[in-house]
Amino acid sequence: MIPLEWILLLSGGLFSLSVAGIFLNRKNVILLLMCIELMLLAVNFNFVAFARQLGDLQGQIFVFFIMTVAAAESAIGLAILVVLFRERSSINVEHLDTMKG
Amino acid sequence: MSITEILFCVFSAVLVTAAIGVITARNPVHAALFLVFAFFNSAVLWLLLEAEFLAIVLVLVYVGAVMVLFLFVVMMLDVNVAQMREGFTRYAPLGLLIAALVVFEIGSVVWVKHLGSDTAAAAVAATAEGYSNTRELGKVLYTKYLYPFELAAVLLLVAIVAAITLTMRHRAGLKAQDVGAQVAVRAQDRIRVVKMAAVQPEPPSEPVKPETEHKP
Repeated sequence: MIPLEWILLLSGGLFSLSVAGIFLNRKNVILLLMCIELMLLAVNFNFVAFARQLGDLQGQIFVFFIMTVAAAESAIGLAILVVLFRERSSINVEHLDTMKG
Repeated sequence: MSITEILFCVFSAVLVTAAIGVITARNPVHAALFLVFAFFNSAVLWLLLEAEFLAIVLVLVYVGAVMVLFLFVVMMLDVNVAQMREGFTRYAPLGLLIAALVVFEIGSVVWVKHLGSDTAAAAVAATAEGYSNTRELGKVLYTKYLYPFELAAVLLLVAIVAAITLTMRHRAGLKAQDVGAQVAVRAQDRIRVVKMAAVQPEPPSEPVKPETEHKP
């Protein structure tokens, strides 16, 4: 029987690692997308843990939908990335300053 | 410590190591492969947490589809890795500080919750003999969550259409079949009927002599 606290700490650690990854690799859009995937995985861990703890399957249903949205998000994100690279020959975030943001 | 807890500790350690590999890998391909490794470990952990169907879906969907897509894109784009890496050490302290802060916050929440009450510590009912996670999940998914399920399907369709439309391009001079133009064509686009006055050919006045007679 795995304690709930362990799972929450693991998912928190995973989430914070991906936050750190976003800070570390802030120039590479591909790695930013990967860190977002890692974040979603950490969130899914919480859902799975509480679904087991409370004996309620709705948490697992939520994980199912999160995975659907994450798959759609990464597909569109990578498509945008490919178009971007075709236009600018670079995926460096610092070069994407057309909108003066 | 039971064998389940030992396995959980081992796979958690490997998972965290893989996550560190993802965020510090020098090569994006290595980062993607580390992420695949992290997803495999998560699938094992989800199996330990009695979410069998989701563990299989994680391997099939994430490792099989999403990460392969990532690898394709990483290998297709000619990314200057060295240029991307500059500023890595500059932002490292800030990133680690933020990470430590998040760990502290979540840890304190868990700790306070642990101190406070035992409401969340309700004993998990042991699953009965012949219990199928997939069947139970399907029962809930196709009854109570039917409309969200359909919406998710529509969302995936929209994602397909969007991704294809974004990446499709028409190069000039490309010889490809345009079915729409072929179907929409009309007869007057292809055949031109020309009205001409009928002209009677004049009958030859005298028969043409064969050329063989001029032979020396």
